[in-house]
Amino acid sequence: MLCASGHLSPFFCARWEYSLGLRTPLYDLHVALGAHLVDFGGWDMPVNYGSQIEEHHAVRRSAGVFDVSHMCVIDLRGARVREFLRHLLANDVARLTLPGKALYSCMLKDDAGILDDLIVYFLGDEFFRLVVNAGTRDKDLAWIRARAGAYEVTVSERTDLAMLAVQGPEARTRVAALLAPSEAASALQLGEFFGADIGAYFIARTGYTGEDGFEIMLPTAAATGLWRRLNELGVQSCGLGARDTLRLEAGMNLYGSDMDESTQPLESALSWTVAFEPRERAFIGRAALEGVRAHGEGRKLVGLLLADRAIMRSHQRVITPAGAGEVTSGTFAPTLGRSIALARVPAAGAVIGATVQVEVRGRPLAAQVVRTPFVRHGKALV
Amino acid sequence: MSNVPADLRYARSHEWLRELADGTVEIGISDHAQHALGDLVFVEAPAVGRTLAAGEACAVVESVKAASDVYSPVAGEVVAVNEALVKAPELINQDPYGAGWIWRLRPSASPAGATLLNAETYAAVSAAG
Repeated sequence: MLCASGHLSPFFCARWEYSLGLRTPLYDLHVALGAHLVDFGGWDMPVNYGSQIEEHHAVRRSAGVFDVSHMCVIDLRGARVREFLRHLLANDVARLTLPGKALYSCMLKDDAGILDDLIVYFLGDEFFRLVVNAGTRDKDLAWIRARAGAYEVTVSERTDLAMLAVQGPEARTRVAALLAPSEAASALQLGEFFGADIGAYFIARTGYTGEDGFEIMLPTAAATGLWRRLNELGVQSCGLGARDTLRLEAGMNLYGSDMDESTQPLESALSWTVAFEPRERAFIGRAALEGVRAHGEGRKLVGLLLADRAIMRSHQRVITPAGAGEVTSGTFAPTLGRSIALARVPAAGAVIGATVQVEVRGRPLAAQVVRTPFVRHGKALV
Repeated sequence: MSNVPADLRYARSHEWLRELADGTVEIGISDHAQHALGDLVFVEAPAVGRTLAAGEACAVVESVKAASDVYSPVAGEVVAVNEALVKAPELINQDPYGAGWIWRLRPSASPAGATLLNAETYAAVSAAG
């Protein structure tokens, strides 16, 4: 048996050089917990602590905790911050009227190519918080800094914060059990996609698994203690392997795999994140995106489900009656017991229920085009 | 540090071979291999009755991460396949040298003549990466 004769997910890059990767405040704890660590975009991150499939099931059935401290928190302040973000982002922060409410958005280039996907929180009249991807942090910060000055917005990268995601049907109650009574009540009262400062933490009811739960931003020195207390309450340590199978089952895109600067939102299953109304809002990439929309079909990102006992993986060719496309993300879905994928195909081939051929390890296998998400509230939808 | 039982012999490609009392041999993949692959989800074993050459790719083990070919350490005829791996491929992760056996062969020549590694040499080879 030779290792890796198939495609490795872009997640798992071999480290051949001897340099140190970037480390989160939880690195020593991951080592102490016996994590299998790999390079992820320049960061030494845990892929799994034992069985990644068991970690996945723990999140669907009870609760798991993930280190997401490699992601980048950016605080934006100024009298014109809302105006700035209505220009910067393809989704419209004018939709955020209640304090603490968050929005998922793309940040586009002028040609409508996607620079990144992110979450933006409305925390005050002159204060918004962004959370952007680890692999794009330098690019995103440079882009934002170059444009914020014109609106007199200050940009502050919060390197003083670590971030833990606690996800699963029991996640919120486990976190609340670690808080003082009044803080616990505030945390449990958070609506979906709301965040707030609660005690020493910023707690948001957001996540990347398709389950309920919290993402918690906290001072770096407090991260290890919180993780250990969560473990003591039975919350499973979970790595990037489980994170990937969970998010794909939930139909959530991964930047760098499912979209990048060469793709625009309408061909990335992200039309719903672009606010074309009101028409006067001149967000970066609007004109180009309207041109694409007027031009018609192009390509679509769809879900695929494989019946055969094999696994679809990134870059495998997809043959549809309307022409060829490509798998953008593929994996084994533990909650379904079979392989799922997202694939970018000619729009005329993106027909729910249709059968397409996916070239898996040289053989064409039949896959069904399905709606995403594949799993919701822990149950299969396909 | 992976487990390398002293009573087995090994191929450089991470298969192990056990000689059984009835003259057949039992074959699987090593602890080092299962650990590198991660959680196994599908196993394609060779069909009973098939004749294999030494070094022939005859099985596939697929984990969430990647698929890998498995090569027969010796030539012979496949006499049995581990059916339990269809429903429980994780047996290879949990017990790679026991319940995770993949197939049994009637070897066409004495296994003593095969150029396989002993445990000590395989342990050194696989540790070196």
